[in-house]
Amino acid sequence: MKYLDGFRNGKAAKALTARLKAAGERLDAQGKTVQFMEVCGSHTMAIARYGIRDLLPDCVKLISGPGCPVCVTDTGYIDAAIDLGKQGHILATFGDLVRVPGSDETLAQIRAEGARVEVVYSPEGAVALAQDNPEKQIVFLAIGFETTMVPGISLVKIAAEKGLDNLTVLCAFKLVPPALAALGSDPEINLDGFICPAHVSAIIGADAYKPFVGPRGVPCVVAGFEPLDVLYAAVELAEQAADGRAELVNQYNRVVKPGGNKVAQAVVAELLELCDEPWRGIGVIPESGMQLREAYAAFDAVKRFGLKLEPGRPHPGCQCGEVLKGKITPQQCPAFDKGCTPTHPLGPCMVSSEGSCAAYYKYVRREAGAETMEVSK
Amino acid sequence: MRTKTETNIQLGHGGGGLLTREFLDRHVVPRFATGPLEGLPDGATLPALENGIIFSTDSFVVHPMFFPGGNIGDLAVHGTVNDVAVSGGIPRWLSLGMILEEGIEQDVVGRVLDSVAEAAADCGVQVVTGDTKVVPRGLCDGMYLNTAGIGERMPEFDLGAARLQTGDVILASGTLGDHGMAVMAAREGIEMAGGPVSDTGPVHRLVQAARPFATEVRFMRDPTRGGVAAVLNELVEDAPLGIILQEDDLPWSTGARAIAETLGFDLLHSACEGRMLMACAPDVAGLILDAWRAIPEGNGATAVGAVTNDDAGRVLLETCMGGRRLVDVPQGELLPRIC
Ligand code: SF4
Repeated sequence: MKYLDGFRNGKAAKALTARLKAAGERLDAQGKTVQFMEVCGSHTMAIARYGIRDLLPDCVKLISGPGCPVCVTDTGYIDAAIDLGKQGHILATFGDLVRVPGSDETLAQIRAEGARVEVVYSPEGAVALAQDNPEKQIVFLAIGFETTMVPGISLVKIAAEKGLDNLTVLCAFKLVPPALAALGSDPEINLDGFICPAHVSAIIGADAYKPFVGPRGVPCVVAGFEPLDVLYAAVELAEQAADGRAELVNQYNRVVKPGGNKVAQAVVAELLELCDEPWRGIGVIPESGMQLREAYAAFDAVKRFGLKLEPGRPHPGCQCGEVLKGKITPQQCPAFDKGCTPTHPLGPCMVSSEGSCAAYYKYVRREAGAETMEVSK
Repeated sequence: MRTKTETNIQLGHGGGGLLTREFLDRHVVPRFATGPLEGLPDGATLPALENGIIFSTDSFVVHPMFFPGGNIGDLAVHGTVNDVAVSGGIPRWLSLGMILEEGIEQDVVGRVLDSVAEAAADCGVQVVTGDTKVVPRGLCDGMYLNTAGIGERMPEFDLGAARLQTGDVILASGTLGDHGMAVMAAREGIEMAGGPVSDTGPVHRLVQAARPFATEVRFMRDPTRGGVAAVLNELVEDAPLGIILQEDDLPWSTGARAIAETLGFDLLHSACEGRMLMACAPDVAGLILDAWRAIPEGNGATAVGAVTNDDAGRVLLETCMGGRRLVDVPQGELLPRIC
């Protein structure tokens, strides 16, 4: 535990908090308020878990971005999966997805009614299902960001090698940089910097954020998800904002390299190609997703089953889109802690343990509609 | 060599006939049949207690039955002894109910009962009555135990959430959450050097050590299922007060932390089976800590937080980063069959 304690050291936190305060005073002097977005769900959890929002000066706000893969999975995608399950095919998924509401129901509900929805812990788990159930079609629900693409599509390679004709993937892979570009250019959101994800950046490399920085851009800090990492990122962004700089800093260079993981990138390039992709609550972002290349069409569930993915109808009261874009805090959603709780979630942000609503529910809570998110002192 | 009927439990061992007699002679009489249990009467005859009695019961279905630091036997004694002790009782007598699965090895039953006997002796309690049933294979997982305990009430303790006051100090008698993590690690087959070891043990001596300050003690509880978070949330649930814990002061063992980090658990939600949480007036907190630290089960004792009058009804944690966050009540059963 010595290693971990190094990242949770109170003295270091005090020093960083003092720097943050100083940067805040400089921003105040310039009459500026700044908003930084933490893109990744693990950052959202660390910020809430360690009460980091309490340490921010009033002029610095941290808002949670779209970086929880479950939260941005489109309602229509869940509906398509539910249809396949109801037709008697076996669905394989990595977990959290089973409780996400589709238009009318969840995978957990159809499972309770007899559909086969299997939680697997590795692509091999889905392959084993295919081998054990030769008379059935197995559909693997392949969602996630750059991090989960390789494990997700590796089963296509295994299936191809083994000649399995009963295994397909339903792809809804998403790319982080196009989402950042879309959010960064949204005048309604007004972002002054990004805390860039840890694991995703390990794959795509820190250089992927270069287009966002520079004279017309905003500062970007690639950060690990230990609390000191996140606090450091906030300090760096606040100082840059006070200086009027917009540079790329790779705080997580113990894991993230400038060019990323070339092996993973090659696997992705071989099997997947760019596509337009719907993000729950945000809408379709051009070239922000990845789908199987034509050469692997045999393993694409959309093609095998002739699926048409419709937009779907999210719960009308759910404001996940506004939360995902950082326009409201979860407590400002009228359903928060009223109709919507982790045991009875209305939207995906409350289902996933990394979702903003779940993080607020677990670590902050407090009356809905509250203006600030700080815990009173 | 012993035949199968002698090495493994059969349905007949719980049937009340000859095999039951054999079972009792082999396992129960040599360990427990002194005092009120001598001659195996149907009920124990016990003397009256002057200050009234404290009575409590608990059932034990822990899986696996044996885990680092203990087994279902000592756990069953400590669980009930501790419930009696934190209610302000001096534990005196126990009952022991056993539900055995057909086929379980007699030696395993013997080892568990050895632990029961040892733990009872350490706690100063006598097993005075009991019962054994055997259910067909597959209808229970090895062995389930139930204990009920009677203790003598100590009138100087006046405990309850209503007595809590702003400024009261929250004390912990040692590292927290070890039992839950030790059982989880054993169940998941995680073996590592320096892994978590269950804290299963009695807290009655901790209660005795605090007895001179009893009038200033507001509340005592051993944080079992749901851990520290559940106990403290329950304490302030309907109170006009809140609790603030200091993350830097929370005592964790390295092994429990390693498992919690690996499996993604919050140690504040993890069970203890031999620790005490106490709320007491600030002027006696140091004295109680000194008294606790002078006995083995209290050598890791420390103050972990305080009662406040803002944030009514909430338990907050001041984190190692200096911010504050909510300590929530665990949602549902996080760790099934932990005790
Ligand atoms: S609180 Fe529930 S309903 Fe509101 S935005 Fe979050 S997930 Fe949606």
